[in-house]
Amino acid sequence: MIEAYQAVVVIPYGAALVLVAVPSYRVGAQANVVASLATFAAGLWLMLGSRTVGDYAIVDEFNIVFVAINTLVGFTTALFSASYIGHEIETGRLSPPFLRFYHAMFQAMMGSMNLALVANNIGLMWVGLELATLITVVMVGLYRTPQAIEAAWKYFILASVGISLAFFGTILIYLAGQPVLGEGVPAMTWSLLHDAAAAMDPAILDLAFIFLLIGYGTKVGLAPLHAWLPDAHAEGPTPISAVLSGLLLNVALYALLRFKMLIAGQPAALDPGPVMIVMGLVSLIFAAFMLYQRRDIKRFFAYSSIEHMGLMVFAFGMGGPLANFAGLLHMAMHSLTKSSIFFAVGHIAQARGSQRFADIRGLSVTHPRLAVGFALAVLAIAGLPPFGVFASEFLILTTTFAREPWLALLPAFGLLVGFGALLLRLQDTIFGEPVGPAHRVDGSSVPMVLHLLLVLGAGIYLPPVLVAWFQRAAELLG
Amino acid sequence: MLVTSFALLYQQRVAAVLNAFAAQSVTLALAVAWTAWSESRPDLYITAAIAFGLKGVVIPLALHRTVARLGIHREVEKVVGVGIALLVGLALSGLAQALIVKVAPGLPGLGRDQLALALAVVLLGFLMMIVRRNAVTQVVGFMSMENGLILAATGAQGMPLVVEVSVAFSVLIALFVFAVFVFRIRERFDTIDIEALDRMRGDRR
Repeated sequence: MIEAYQAVVVIPYGAALVLVAVPSYRVGAQANVVASLATFAAGLWLMLGSRTVGDYAIVDEFNIVFVAINTLVGFTTALFSASYIGHEIETGRLSPPFLRFYHAMFQAMMGSMNLALVANNIGLMWVGLELATLITVVMVGLYRTPQAIEAAWKYFILASVGISLAFFGTILIYLAGQPVLGEGVPAMTWSLLHDAAAAMDPAILDLAFIFLLIGYGTKVGLAPLHAWLPDAHAEGPTPISAVLSGLLLNVALYALLRFKMLIAGQPAALDPGPVMIVMGLVSLIFAAFMLYQRRDIKRFFAYSSIEHMGLMVFAFGMGGPLANFAGLLHMAMHSLTKSSIFFAVGHIAQARGSQRFADIRGLSVTHPRLAVGFALAVLAIAGLPPFGVFASEFLILTTTFAREPWLALLPAFGLLVGFGALLLRLQDTIFGEPVGPAHRVDGSSVPMVLHLLLVLGAGIYLPPVLVAWFQRAAELLG
Repeated sequence: MLVTSFALLYQQRVAAVLNAFAAQSVTLALAVAWTAWSESRPDLYITAAIAFGLKGVVIPLALHRTVARLGIHREVEKVVGVGIALLVGLALSGLAQALIVKVAPGLPGLGRDQLALALAVVLLGFLMMIVRRNAVTQVVGFMSMENGLILAATGAQGMPLVVEVSVAFSVLIALFVFAVFVFRIRERFDTIDIEALDRMRGDRR
């Protein structure tokens, strides 16, 4: 009998193998949706099923949050890309063989992310995350334009440096665990390492955490290490931008948080909290200011992702049940909202044949329905009530204020700066005189609307079941 | 290994960089094989064989051929001079040694030295990726970083997954060597790109 945690990994990988062999891109796109739906079902099954800790897999309240978001957004993105790619074929940006490759890679990427999430082994988690990263490198370069290749190259260089440093950190964790747990697999198993943390050498843990923070922090997109992120988001296919912002950054954050839990188990080691607070704040404020200078709409929202990842890292750095709860909630809301924004941006770019703000003015005149959807999504990410992002941001700020009143001013300032930029750009896009061509949009807006409804629903009424579940996850985080 | 890392930093010509990298990989293969023998872990022989065969012989040869066929820069493009790079390299290896000695006095002597060496190789590879602009030398920098990682992983006694990781890395590297090749071709023949022709035809319709 196959277990749910195996299913979330095996289904996408199996689908990838099948999709490589499917010649028709239409059938491929449909199969991609079906496979993603199956993975989502497996994710739900995992959520409802029992929590298990095995030799190689771990299922607890904490990683189920991530798996649930992952499989849901994976499914809606597959829906979106199925309706999106017809256009790419028409305009000749992609040819059918590339799409076959694209679909197979999409599934392989989902499988790798799920592998990283359920692995109870620091080596296996590293492998999953790196596989997912490298697949996205290839996907970013999919259009084969000079800019896309340059973006992919930059992404590869920075990501591989991240890979190497994270691996060195992993070796150090193994070295720290080895005297306590013995040689071999046990010293790489999460659950065992976590329990044995108090007996480990604090100095090695400190050094390891620095390497892990830089390594995985590169992938979260934290401020000094973020250089790959805007390029990769801007040049790759739009569904990939949605997955990058909505999911891959989360998975990297997950890895970082697991190590934070581990190191928190040894009181003599360095406290990861303040380091994460500083890095989070730097990212938040830096990205908020960078928003004002962007001319490209995908690059703009890439910086917005850096801003929100910074806020999450800040919240998790604060720690404690309430801040962790707020951080998890914000992560879920950000994933849903940001991917819906990228869905909208994909349609906009198709409609106007450009990603530059200057070329997409006057959306309310040319595409009123799309304009409404996009405006709602941007207002949601800006943190206006009644959307869910408001609830989570409010919670982060109030918990910070309750504990460190002065410290709360900084994230509030960063968010306000970002808010201004979002409104400014929204006004530019929606109003004004339309310029350039206006094509018909034939993509489905179902995924975008679905995400917006979820975010809206969460903002108005958060079901107690969900709250209790997030609370348990937050408690595990410590 | 450290000597070859410095040699990598010092080299002026692409061909010489590749030779230095091959030498480093062969050294790594010997070190891993020695670990495999002294700890009697036969699986590590696979890692050693990969280091020797793929990174010591096949990839340097392939890159040599690519470089020769495409006639790309004989001279390596640099961001800073050799002297400064070497000084920074020295400082980095000193730092690695000091850091490891300070952090891990508890480790057995051999493991500690190996770890310090490995960290120095990783940092020097990193440095090389920063100071060199050319795609080929950046890949060599990455591969040299990865050599340091394999050394560290074999130094950690009984660490599982070392073989698997080294296999994965090798596949990855092979991919990127191939990618460099493709990028270069793209760069040269950009104007007669078939896709560009397709797009123009699409616009006219």
